[in-house]
Amino acid sequence: MIRLVNLTKRYGSFTAVDRVNLEIARGELFGFLGPNGAGKTTTLRIIAGILKPTEGTAEIAGDDVQRKPMEAKARLGFIPDRPYVYEKLTGGEFLRFVAALYGQEGAAIERRMDELLDLFELTEWKDDLVETYSHGMRQKLIISSALLHRPEVIVVDEPLVGLDPKGARFLKELFRAFVNKGGTVLMSTHTLEVAEAMCDRIAIIQNGKIVAAGTMAELQQQSNAGDASLEELFLKVTGGHPDRELEGILEQ
Amino acid sequence: MARLREQRDGGPLRPLLLALVGLGFWGAAFGVSFRVLRYVHTQADIGTYLAAKILGMILVALGSMLLLSNLITALSSFYLARDLDMLVSAPVDWLPFYLAKLGETVLHSSWMVVLITIPILTAYGIVYQGGLLFPLVAAAAIVPFLILPGVVGTAFTLFLVNLFPARRARDILGLVAIGAAAGVVLLVRLIRPEQLASPDGVRNLMDYLAALKTPTSPFLPSEWASHMIMNWLTRVADPLPVALLWTTAPAFVVLGAVLHHRLYRSGFSKAQEGASRFVRGRVWQGALGGLLQRLPVSKREFILKDLRVFFRDTQQWSQLILLAVLLLVYIYNIKSLPLFSGERTPFYLVTLVVFLNQGLAGFVLAAIAARFVFPAVSLEGRQMWLLRSSPLDLRALLWSKYWTGTVPLLLLGLAITTTTNLLLKATPFMAAISLGTVFCLTFALSALALGLGALYPRFDTENAAQIPTGFGGLVFMMTAVALLGLVIVIEAFPVLAYLRTQWVGDSVTITPRMIGALALVVVICFATTGFALRTGLQRMEAMEF
Repeated sequence: MIRLVNLTKRYGSFTAVDRVNLEIARGELFGFLGPNGAGKTTTLRIIAGILKPTEGTAEIAGDDVQRKPMEAKARLGFIPDRPYVYEKLTGGEFLRFVAALYGQEGAAIERRMDELLDLFELTEWKDDLVETYSHGMRQKLIISSALLHRPEVIVVDEPLVGLDPKGARFLKELFRAFVNKGGTVLMSTHTLEVAEAMCDRIAIIQNGKIVAAGTMAELQQQSNAGDASLEELFLKVTGGHPDRELEGILEQ
Repeated sequence: MARLREQRDGGPLRPLLLALVGLGFWGAAFGVSFRVLRYVHTQADIGTYLAAKILGMILVALGSMLLLSNLITALSSFYLARDLDMLVSAPVDWLPFYLAKLGETVLHSSWMVVLITIPILTAYGIVYQGGLLFPLVAAAAIVPFLILPGVVGTAFTLFLVNLFPARRARDILGLVAIGAAAGVVLLVRLIRPEQLASPDGVRNLMDYLAALKTPTSPFLPSEWASHMIMNWLTRVADPLPVALLWTTAPAFVVLGAVLHHRLYRSGFSKAQEGASRFVRGRVWQGALGGLLQRLPVSKREFILKDLRVFFRDTQQWSQLILLAVLLLVYIYNIKSLPLFSGERTPFYLVTLVVFLNQGLAGFVLAAIAARFVFPAVSLEGRQMWLLRSSPLDLRALLWSKYWTGTVPLLLLGLAITTTTNLLLKATPFMAAISLGTVFCLTFALSALALGLGALYPRFDTENAAQIPTGFGGLVFMMTAVALLGLVIVIEAFPVLAYLRTQWVGDSVTITPRMIGALALVVVICFATTGFALRTGLQRMEAMEF
């Protein structure tokens, strides 16, 4: 469903994404992990068509995002990590606008909007300007907008940031249900427990390169880590601060 | 994104061009001030009083601007700035906090006033031979003059925020400030200050001298500052203005600090409230839905979105108020031209004015396009993740932006051209030329604004008023002026031919050369439109976020 072939992104002499190869099948919930600055967001934004790769390709259901952007993007719902929305629109107007970007309007989309607003408990805020929404409410509105046109693929960057526990739990259930119905979710997150519990497969990126990829069992085998947790695996693969360094910094 | 911004902002040309423009402005301000003062200085008896009066009027006007500016800036500095959460929760004593924020407010509000004042005071210093110490004296007069409106503005904002939530207070202050500024501009124009220089305006010399000697108000800091400066320049030893400035300013700072200590915490707490905004009804949908129904849904919703966002932003209302005032002043200026004071209508002069007026109308349209069309792409910067991840064709985006800007600009351009043609009693031939020219120019200017706005975007600000004030806005205005100049030069040929036929008393004959010149103008305008839009589209397609 999502296929990255030698995907590379350079900014001058700096390589943010370095020959990344990934295949994510239909019906898969895929976790994309890495330290800060590893290239996760850049990779996701290339898949969403916001950035152009320097080399390589990103495909959605066989459509190259650069060569056939309309076809590829019509199947995709993208949720960024820091979503800015039009603050002077109401929640309802914003959703109607997003539907229009996908060429959809009319009674069917109005019903769909109401369903999603009800699902995310935003119905009573439908006619309020987005500038009055809390961060969590905006996040829910963005997620609603990504689901509005019934995408086949959801690409999401840090989905749980700003959500309360109830919202976070609901989102996890939503993604699992989406995947069970044949959809595909590519999710980046720093919350390793969530990734371990939710994701079918995981890839870890560091310095723009994929350093490990597979199911939990495969990752444990690749790094000879026995039955280590994802957190231990992650730190082993990406390197972490030795305890004595931390103690030195924290000494008063 | 920061990395991309660095790449985009690089290059020595931009600061060099800004420096040249700044120096040009200073040169012009100094030149005009120097010429006026040199003439005034030669007038026996009344010269010094006139110079003092002019300085007083300039400082009163600047003082009013400073007060309004400080009101709005204080709201941001003390209640809405992003560093406040950190500062208020840190163990920072209230007095250094107040002094630091007051300094920040005064600095942000005053820098432009200082830049305007420097060439003017330099002219005063040179004409009246102020000596090497004059810059220090001028600084000693101006510094307290800048501080006082800062303290007053900060104190007023303190009361306002304790009454209203800060975000609503900002909206109110913004509209009040712009409305007041607009009223001042209109009032100054309507009282016709040009009559002061006209011999017809002086009925009684003694009354005139008396008016010059009377201070505008003895309680205004602008009056103290102008007296302090003029006393130095005319070698009058009077310590009163110095004492007034340098005792009042510190006293006000102390009073302001006391008020801050008493009321700031409650005001800041209230400022954390958001203004709840509930909007129901589909006004734009109802008004324009039928008209836009034939468009594809993405274009239709884009136009409706832009209209809703525009009219719900109170910053835009303030810009509309300013625009209305500028248009009224422009039309009033045309009406006030002394063309019809004699017995006969001066046909050739009127024709010339009508011809040149289309350039002026074009310039007004360019200024409006700079303010409202140029920022269009920049304002979408933060939402580009949504637009670029959707199957929206960027052509549709550009198309919507273009027509949302061009249609109102076209209606406005034709309205002001028709109105000024009626006021100038333009002949049918000239009226047709000017309307046709403005019609074609509007498409070109709107496209230039949009295209150059895409070439020089500014994604670092959400304030639409700031976007055209950068390098890109300057490039747009220069290009627009070049286009207007080219069109005027080309159209000079048919207009001259028209004047010649009128001189010999013949009826107007449309020659191939006339048609050729007018056709060339049409081609240039529409070629500019196409080129600017295509360039803008290419730039947007290459943009990364």
